[in-house]
Amino acid sequence: MLLYLIRRLVYTIPIALGVTLVVFSLVHLAPGDPISAIAPADAPPEVVERLKKDYGYDKPLPIQYGIWLGRAIVGDLGASVATGERVAAQVMVAVSNTFMLAVAAALLGFSLGLLLGFIAGYSQGGALDRLATGVAVTGISVPHYWLGMVLVIIFSVELGVLPAMGMGEGSSAEWKWDWLHMRSMVLPVITLSVIPLGIVTRTVRATVADILSQEYVQALRAKGLGDRRVLVHVAKNAAPTVLAVLGLQFGYLLGGSILIETVFSWPGTGFLLNNAIFRRDIPVLQGTILVLALFFVLLNMLVDLMQTAIDPRIKRS
Amino acid sequence: MSPPPLDPRDRGGKAQPLLAVTGLKKYFHLKSGLLSSAAGVVQSVDGISFTVRKGETLGIVGESGCGKSTTARLLMRLIDPDAGEVIFDGETIGTHDGMSIREMRRNMQMVFQDSYASLNPRLPIEESIAFGPRVHGIPRAAARERARSLLEQVGLDPNLYVRRYPHELSGGQRQRVNIARALALEPRLVIMDEAVSALDKSVEAQVLNLLMDLKTNFGLTYIFISHDLNVVQYMSDRVLVMYLGKLVEIGTVEAIYNRPRHPYTRALLSAMPSMDPARRTTQPPLTGDPPNPINPPSGCRFRTRCAFAEEVCARAEPKLVESDEATLHHVACHMAIPGSGHSAATRGIAEAAAS
Amino acid sequence: MADAAANFVRIAEPLGPATELSVKSRSYWSSVLGKLRRDPVTLTCAGILVLIFLSAIFAPLIIPADPYKTSMIRRLQAVGSPGNLLGTDELGRDMIARLIYGGRLSLLMGTLPVINALLIGGLLGVTAGFLGGRVNMLIMRTIDVFYAFPSVLLAIAISGALGAGLMNSIVALTIVFIPPVARVSEAVTTSVRGLDFVEAARASGARSWTIIRVHILGNVLGPIFIYATGLISVSIILASGLSFLGLGVKPPEPEWGLMLNTLRQSIWVNPVVAALPGTMIFLTSICFNLMSDGLRSAMDVKL
Repeated sequence: MLLYLIRRLVYTIPIALGVTLVVFSLVHLAPGDPISAIAPADAPPEVVERLKKDYGYDKPLPIQYGIWLGRAIVGDLGASVATGERVAAQVMVAVSNTFMLAVAAALLGFSLGLLLGFIAGYSQGGALDRLATGVAVTGISVPHYWLGMVLVIIFSVELGVLPAMGMGEGSSAEWKWDWLHMRSMVLPVITLSVIPLGIVTRTVRATVADILSQEYVQALRAKGLGDRRVLVHVAKNAAPTVLAVLGLQFGYLLGGSILIETVFSWPGTGFLLNNAIFRRDIPVLQGTILVLALFFVLLNMLVDLMQTAIDPRIKRS
Repeated sequence: MSPPPLDPRDRGGKAQPLLAVTGLKKYFHLKSGLLSSAAGVVQSVDGISFTVRKGETLGIVGESGCGKSTTARLLMRLIDPDAGEVIFDGETIGTHDGMSIREMRRNMQMVFQDSYASLNPRLPIEESIAFGPRVHGIPRAAARERARSLLEQVGLDPNLYVRRYPHELSGGQRQRVNIARALALEPRLVIMDEAVSALDKSVEAQVLNLLMDLKTNFGLTYIFISHDLNVVQYMSDRVLVMYLGKLVEIGTVEAIYNRPRHPYTRALLSAMPSMDPARRTTQPPLTGDPPNPINPPSGCRFRTRCAFAEEVCARAEPKLVESDEATLHHVACHMAIPGSGHSAATRGIAEAAAS
Repeated sequence: MADAAANFVRIAEPLGPATELSVKSRSYWSSVLGKLRRDPVTLTCAGILVLIFLSAIFAPLIIPADPYKTSMIRRLQAVGSPGNLLGTDELGRDMIARLIYGGRLSLLMGTLPVINALLIGGLLGVTAGFLGGRVNMLIMRTIDVFYAFPSVLLAIAISGALGAGLMNSIVALTIVFIPPVARVSEAVTTSVRGLDFVEAARASGARSWTIIRVHILGNVLGPIFIYATGLISVSIILASGLSFLGLGVKPPEPEWGLMLNTLRQSIWVNPVVAALPGTMIFLTSICFNLMSDGLRSAMDVKL
């Protein structure tokens, strides 16, 4: 197991490095000189030169990358071009706000999805199965930013029972776990949970149906095993596949919340990214994306390891 | 066996072997993953040499994993050998002054075990059969014509079957198609890699008889690979026995089945189901699985399962020596080598003299 | 005798996979069509999609109203107003016209990246799968790096860096969809390459290109294509999502995502009209998803 762990880590490093390389090159994707985004349009040439030197843009690209990577590793993501604030600090606040949404949406979407998927897989062709399949295909087809708007229209505009945007009173620093604040989470969390709900339902349904059609399950039944005991077998065998999907979906929640945060003006990473894009604040853009992508890489690795740990078919030697 | 008609493509005459294999070797390196440090080496085929005479059927037997199929794929160059030389009717394959691999593949064809997987599910069988000739530059109409005539030769009415797809045929019918496909390039040698093993017994007999007929009609030479000793006995003129990548015994079918010398061959034969009570032997049957091919035993590879193993068997690898000239019988066992150091070595000679 | 033997074989053969026997010879594709013909959901979805595509293409013939023509006095009219059956937007432009014309850009932005990715990712994946070894390693590890980003994040990162615009969003989405297509293509090709009929084709002396053309492509394009039709649904949502963020097409172009964005300010005034563009995205996306499912089961593809 330890050897496997090490091997998996070794495999992750090049991927993580590749991710940093992609994020780094975002600056150079941007049209024009990267410095033109920072310097005022009428800046004299010597100021531009100095800025270039300060930001290290006068050096060859590989060296620039090396410097940038070296700083990023120790947690220095630079400063915002627009506000001068440290990017790392901004990202940390945003990430924790995004996490709140993502974790709550995951809990909601995953538990409903597991339940629906299991029921559907068991009652294939029945009314419940059709309902679950309908929920699944709706979940993966609905433009979630639009669903957010529709929920706002229903619950804020028409009924006026839930807030349409923000994190409740005060900034995110004044967040409290009381209803006054938490009610602002309700709509974004529901909106965000729809995609994982659809995908988890679909995967669990397919996996359970597949396992139930296997001969060994029929053998278990023929042996006279009760439904509940068979269910335990099914759950055990479905676990690795389902776990992998849950892990991936949690990662996608972090990325996917960008659009939802914009709809609800939730001050998370999406909000931060959105602002960075419109101010052409490349360091903030880079920093946010780097943190989210690296988290996703890490999550993938953890899922892999956990999957290996619970799947008896994968050799761990 | 009736002498096959003289093939106009024949070069070296009757006496020259159609195929001469020397020191054929393939090790598979197991990679442990990303860092590709070799975790082990499977000595799948370890330096085997044999010849196939014109017009004969050479059977190859052995347990699964002994390297039979790898040998077939090495001969077809579907995998590249690590070492060894293959000479086809006097021409060395894969050297610039010999025979090109493409040329070899026109002369040598193969029928695979899995009749379904070896036909492209998206092509009508006519196209599958005509593919080979098309590749070798035969016009479409002529290639299709050949496909139809071959279907007839393998016992499938072309009017009924040409446009069918593999999933519409039974296993036996598909294997007939595969045989037709192998014959479409008019090869001189056909390798049957467990070609009938997946078939139902009654179908198997039909296909075996078909193979016998085709051999006479087309003047073919066969290498017939199977784990089924009855089938090999029925089909072969000579038999080659493999164990863990090594050739352990070779000789005429009569010599191998009636006077096996190698303990492994004897054990295999004793495990063979037979209707004949007189054929019951008192030999110890094989126990256990073959050892791990990643780290095969030193010396003689069979010694870990051999009832006669002695100290010399672990120390030295037995060479393949001639045991009887008349039956082309060769065996790789210390008991058959006089003065090898094995206690039964001399007795072995005495036995041979007595028989 | 041969026929009798063949008939006997049929009955006496319990072995071998897929002994599906049919009286008449049918090619794979004709059986797929037959199955689709009996699938009302897939047919309905295909019909709706054809309708949406045709009305977008022939928009000027269908709707006389100008989607760009603003009217200060007729802003945010409700659904059912005379002259504007689905109301007007925040600048008084006719919603029906904008929804129909909007399909042009939304569908283009949704489908073109998937088609691009199908070509590029498919080529990369099939090459990697067929050649194996180092080439596979090089291609697939690079793909892995891009696959390590959640798709929404990657799309926003790239189009955010490139700047807003139709072309930029198409490029960004193409980059997003290449890795999944390449992965599926590689997996399918690798599994097909290992089958005996490819070995048999090699054994007949065929060159790699001939084998890919005759034996590999016919067996891998179906699954790859089906996977791509499923991606179109994601692509439509993402493309409109980029416009919704202001990263896609620029005003005053009609585009469903952008329309949602600009109408968002008006939900307190006219919520129903504000939500309309989203229904179009939803409808298109769900139809693509259901059609992809239908095709998948008709073609009997497991992904």
